[in-house]
Amino acid sequence: MIVYVLCLVLFCVGLYCILRKRNIIKIIIGTIITEYAVNLFFILIGYRMKGRAPILSPDTAIENMVDALPQALVLTAIVIGLATTALLVALAMRIYEKYGTFDITKIRELRR
Amino acid sequence: MSRIASLIPFFVILPLGGAFLVSIAKSKVKGFPDLLGVLTTAGLLIASLVSVSVANRYGVLVYSVGLWRPPLGIALVLDSLTSFMLVTVNLVAFAIAVYSIQYMRRYTSKWKFHTLFLLMLAGMNGVIITGDIFKLFVFLDIASVASYALVAFGTEKHELEAAFKYAVMSSVGSTFILFGIAFLYSYTSTLNMADMALFLTTKGHSNILTLVSILFIMGFGMKAALVPFHAWLPDAHPSAPAPISAMLSGVLIKSLGVYALCRIFFNVFGVTREILSIFMFLGALSMVTGVFLAIGQWDLKRLLAYHSISQIGYVVLGLGLGTPLGILGGLFHLFNHSVFKSLLFLNSGALEYATGTRDLQKMGGLMQKMPVTGTTSLVASMAIAGIPPFSGFWSKLIIILAAVQAGQNWYAFWAVVASLLTLASFTKVMKYAFFGRLNEAWSRIKEVPIFMRLSMTLLALACLFGGMLWIPSINEVFLKQAAGVLSGGRDYAKIVFSHIR
Repeated sequence: MIVYVLCLVLFCVGLYCILRKRNIIKIIIGTIITEYAVNLFFILIGYRMKGRAPILSPDTAIENMVDALPQALVLTAIVIGLATTALLVALAMRIYEKYGTFDITKIRELRR
Repeated sequence: MSRIASLIPFFVILPLGGAFLVSIAKSKVKGFPDLLGVLTTAGLLIASLVSVSVANRYGVLVYSVGLWRPPLGIALVLDSLTSFMLVTVNLVAFAIAVYSIQYMRRYTSKWKFHTLFLLMLAGMNGVIITGDIFKLFVFLDIASVASYALVAFGTEKHELEAAFKYAVMSSVGSTFILFGIAFLYSYTSTLNMADMALFLTTKGHSNILTLVSILFIMGFGMKAALVPFHAWLPDAHPSAPAPISAMLSGVLIKSLGVYALCRIFFNVFGVTREILSIFMFLGALSMVTGVFLAIGQWDLKRLLAYHSISQIGYVVLGLGLGTPLGILGGLFHLFNHSVFKSLLFLNSGALEYATGTRDLQKMGGLMQKMPVTGTTSLVASMAIAGIPPFSGFWSKLIIILAAVQAGQNWYAFWAVVASLLTLASFTKVMKYAFFGRLNEAWSRIKEVPIFMRLSMTLLALACLFGGMLWIPSINEVFLKQAAGVLSGGRDYAKIVFSHIR
């Protein structure tokens, strides 16, 4: 149980980082942390204590197997996360070229 | 599997293949990206029109990817709601592809634009046709990532700032959705939406479903720009190039946000009274807040972006009423809004193309100089403001009638108020941009090139005849069927399973 709670805590750390930090790079790290917290949670769902790989063979009983599907899903989610992160970092670089700062309180050209 | 079902994957394959070919050819062959963009979207438009009649004839078509039968394999599902959304998305996409042939000459590396545009289209079509909740997430992120890049396409200060804000907020939204999917998978141990609906019907309601509902409302609400989550939209939509603004406001927020939201809540979870009242409240809140924020804007595209929030509110309010008439009105408005809002954004692009400004105060009297832009913009403004006989009037009327019929008089009242304020706001646009005295500075401008005029005229005709969808013989095959899928609720599961062959 405690693992799930820690996973949630990690998620909240990421969210806090996104909401409170001023530095663009730190915000990007925050999004990465939230993504990884969710990925970790997904893996934990399918995990069994002392489980084994889900390989079907005639001589073994089907019991206590790790669910492999979440692992496949998380691989996909990681790839998507990579794309988003790469794009965010590219944007951050361009923003630094134009504004000369990473501080979001100084990047406020748009009217509100 | 019937042969006709093998039509379904092409809604994703065509734009994905198009994007690939464009990125290979780059600008080596002159005009190739434009040609491919137009051909692909035209093909998709035809295919989606065919899919309407197919969905009517066969009811539901299920395609099992790789011949793994659902619920084990991935399913692509084509039903009436799907074909309705496909027509909406691909109609707008076609008009935009035609428009951007000439508009995008203002930017360098046009092939990148076409690649990203087709990728975004692939993502949107994928979200619409998938029957698998994780694939929905994947396609949603394909469309989102392409749209972040497209918002930043100009790579100037404002574009970058808006794109960063949009990307961060939207990726947080995606994370919420993934979190919700994780909970849902652990509860139902399936990813197929129909199978999930079947499981939830037998299992009944539980607390975990409430948690997932909250996560999904936050996540998809972020994509749909409903009011508490709308902050990115007024920055992101105006900053993109005009065709992309049209695409984002016209169809992206609907297919990623509203469609996914109502597909999951109506067909998989089965709506409860609480969920419906949350929908209605969020819808009404967006409707009123959006229009109040819009009315004071002087930047044309920003004004239109705030109106998008307001009009999405109408759609969600209509759907949230939960009665067959309300759902019908909501979907009808969804179609109409995507047509007239994309037209308005294309108009704003045409104005920017000719004059180089988006500030309403600097314009004036442009009707004389740009008759096509002026007329189409007048049509679209009357449609969005709800003046008969244009399309917007009928859908708003249905939503208001449905609200009164459902006994939600206050919501009906707010819908009327928001509609009046929309009218006021567009009177302002018309007065400052197109009527009145011609500003001296614009005495030498010309009307925009032929393809831009062509696509604006196409959409204006769609606005004009959008009201005809309400004619019984068309309504029976197009709108009513789509609304029937939503009001059918969890019967979706049974229907899908009976069609797996």
